[in-house]
Amino acid sequence: MMTSLLSVRSLTTAFDTEHGKVVSVDDVSFDVQHGETLAIVGESGSGKSVTALSVMHLLGPTGSIESGELLFDGQNITALDEKAMQKLRGNDMSMIFQEPMTALNPVLTIGNQLIEAILLHQSMTKKEACATAINMLEKVGLPRAAQIMKQYAFSLSGGMRQRVMIAMALVSKPKLLIADEPTTALDVTVQAQIMRLLKELCQQSNTSIMLITHDLGVVAEMADQVIVMYAGQIVEIADVYTLFEKSLHPYTEGLLASIPSMVFDGKQLESIPGSIPARYQELAGCRFANRCKYATERCRIEKPQLEEISAGHFTRCFEWQTLEKGGVAR
Amino acid sequence: MLGYILRRLFIAVPVLFGVTVINFIIMKMAPGNPVDMLVSPKLPEAARQAKMAELGLDDSAVSQYISWMKNLLFHGDLGYSMITFQPVTDMIMDRLGPTILIMGTSLILGLFIAIPIGILSATKQYTKLDYFFVTGSFLGISIPNFFLSLVLVYVFAIQLNWLPSSGMKDIGTTGSVWTVLLHMVLPVIVLVANVAGRNIRYVRSSMLEILGQDYLRTARAKGLKESRVVNKHAMRNALIPIVTIIGLEIPILFGGAVVIEQIFSWPGIGQLTLSSIMSRDYSTIMGLNLVAAFVVIAANILTDIVYAIVDPRIRKSYLGASKR
Repeated sequence: MMTSLLSVRSLTTAFDTEHGKVVSVDDVSFDVQHGETLAIVGESGSGKSVTALSVMHLLGPTGSIESGELLFDGQNITALDEKAMQKLRGNDMSMIFQEPMTALNPVLTIGNQLIEAILLHQSMTKKEACATAINMLEKVGLPRAAQIMKQYAFSLSGGMRQRVMIAMALVSKPKLLIADEPTTALDVTVQAQIMRLLKELCQQSNTSIMLITHDLGVVAEMADQVIVMYAGQIVEIADVYTLFEKSLHPYTEGLLASIPSMVFDGKQLESIPGSIPARYQELAGCRFANRCKYATERCRIEKPQLEEISAGHFTRCFEWQTLEKGGVAR
Repeated sequence: MLGYILRRLFIAVPVLFGVTVINFIIMKMAPGNPVDMLVSPKLPEAARQAKMAELGLDDSAVSQYISWMKNLLFHGDLGYSMITFQPVTDMIMDRLGPTILIMGTSLILGLFIAIPIGILSATKQYTKLDYFFVTGSFLGISIPNFFLSLVLVYVFAIQLNWLPSSGMKDIGTTGSVWTVLLHMVLPVIVLVANVAGRNIRYVRSSMLEILGQDYLRTARAKGLKESRVVNKHAMRNALIPIVTIIGLEIPILFGGAVVIEQIFSWPGIGQLTLSSIMSRDYSTIMGLNLVAAFVVIAANILTDIVYAIVDPRIRKSYLGASKR
């Protein structure tokens, strides 16, 4: 078997807060294969962004990787020092963020920020870098690229800014692109364009994508593998077809049920009641139990483990058999 | 941009006019007049009246103001001091150099200290280093200027006898660069303590605000070194609010060093202001006030220009405004 590009093993990440240490990613393991798109799905606060930032070593002064291993392209990067990480970042692994409005520096020109990214990892003259930058802006579908080079972020629309971000992230042809909710802040019409663009460009350069999103529509469109996260843990892993056809975790099922259908079926749109419990780290049982319609007594006192149901399909639920029997009307 | 500046200058004219009117009214309302300060109280009333007439002080306030204004507008002349009979323009010009020298030095040195320390303090927030700098800056702000001046004079001039305690040059000499520098040391230390103390806090808080911004994460995600993230990406943004503060400090320094100039007998504008107010030297007061108002307006315009240089968003809004 080919080794995977990114292998995350039992990653646990915690933040120092006023209330002591808070574990926001708890024992998470997954793999990203070469050229594959892995989607991480979950609601706000489920730990998906922190997982991504852990991989990039961009947790900030208060966050740190407590345990686990990160293998990237055959190299153990768990404890890599800042200098070595700087060589990887923007070069072998890039990241685009949720908020294109604030992710670009407001007082530097687009050209300045792009050229900076190019010169950092590629040995080129400034002139060559400038040409590369213009070329890259054209590739992400921006018209009048030469002119945009001289412009500032504030004069571009959200969609254009996100294109600039994509250009910046892909200019060094990284092996891994982490896209943290890249379309959440954009217009629905622009979302599809941006996702298509991402997919196209990454296919060209055989870049793997780690796509963080809560939009299952995007997942269906883009992903090969899907990880569902809830309260800092992985609750289900499956390939995209299995997940949509036969998900075996009540949380995933709830997420799927809350997608509006194209066909009006007269039913009210479903939602998962409640929200992620505070201090879920201290719960004795399943972290989803308080919102789960299948929850039994056992779920509240015992922690379910991630279990492999069929090849490549994992779920963290005692009641998965109930789900498999289709015990719920969607 | 040029259109914007011209427009600002144009607006400045009525402002300056207003300042002179208000200043004149307040000055006239104050008790006493230059003649009382000039002549002996035993002088006969008739002689006093003659003196008043000679200085034009027997006219109505309105006609006095008009004749002052006429002089200024048609001859560019601020008149003569009623006490020393020197031209006011010359008096101000003589004093301007020393004030700019001491104030400019203090402002520049203060900022050279405050900006790096403020940045360091922000990037190392809540460390011992940060606490040290914050405490230092608090000290700089809180120690009254006159007190620090007296302590410094006592230690360095009286006890150690290393530095002169007053004036700008040694009496009876023309003053070499070196002696002027020596005379500057103590007043500059006092002013720098204040400027740096205040600005460390401004720079620090402005930097802290920027350090949480998304675009710095983007910069780090590119693989930039932390020093470059701070010095290029964060600095440019943190400078914007700092520019305003500096703009506000220029006029304060221009007129605000009255106490320092008095203590160190520094022959600057502050000292002249104080002495001309004490002697009710109307024409000098008017002249000084006009210059001060001009400095305030000029500093404001300068601030706006620098603003536009550091912030492209503001530059664009200026351009948009001048097209209208």
